Amino acid sequence: MGDALKRSNKPIFWSLFGAGGMLSALIGPMLIFVTGIALPLGLVHLSYEQAAAFSAHVPGKLAILAVISLFLFHGLHRMYHSVHDFGIHVGAGLKALFHGVAFAGTLAAGALLLML
Amino acid sequence: MRAYQRPMAGWWRRNPYYLRYMLREASCVFITAYAFVLLAGLWRLAQGKAPFERWLEGLAHPLPIAFHAAAALLVLYHAWTWFKVMPKTLPRVPVPDAAIVAAGLAASAVLSAAMLWAML
Repeated sequence: MGDALKRSNKPIFWSLFGAGGMLSALIGPMLIFVTGIALPLGLVHLSYEQAAAFSAHVPGKLAILAVISLFLFHGLHRMYHSVHDFGIHVGAGLKALFHGVAFAGTLAAGALLLML
Repeated sequence: MRAYQRPMAGWWRRNPYYLRYMLREASCVFITAYAFVLLAGLWRLAQGKAPFERWLEGLAHPLPIAFHAAAALLVLYHAWTWFKVMPKTLPRVPVPDAAIVAAGLAASAVLSAAMLWAML
């Protein structure tokens, strides 16, 4: 198969970017407020037992994986394009690095969730 | 010989519209960093009770709280613009643009309220 017929990987990364964008637009601000502000200030409570129980069942695992993985793919995809906005030419290497970090974070989250 | 290249340095500071664009785009750094905060929490959770509680205590310092406050505001601004352009980013549907924007904002408000309710 020639290069011209090779399928682009763009739809995959664009879909992950879009899914992450939608998820972050729907729940991102409140999730950041809850875990990053309300929780440390004591406005809400999350014990180790509650967190462990949430991540012990499959829907909880999927929710955690979706948030971490899609936020990473969304954020890193945009960071990759922002580098271009600053006038730095982005080649295939940098693109692979940004998406690779998101992929590695997804694998790490998946492995940790399997242990829980 | 080199062709003329329009200078690009600082282009985004020249116009308030570009500045707002870059401010919104800054949220991608925060959303990425936030995903790593959660990943660290998941790692600590897998390690057990004491490490997880140390991770929670670590969140309570002024610097992480300032980071999360900035992240929440920028991601909120990004969410607002995300729903504002949704009539253009979605496949064409026979619904007025304003209804699509309103539906997105309403879904976000309902899910956010439900999440807060579940945590209280």
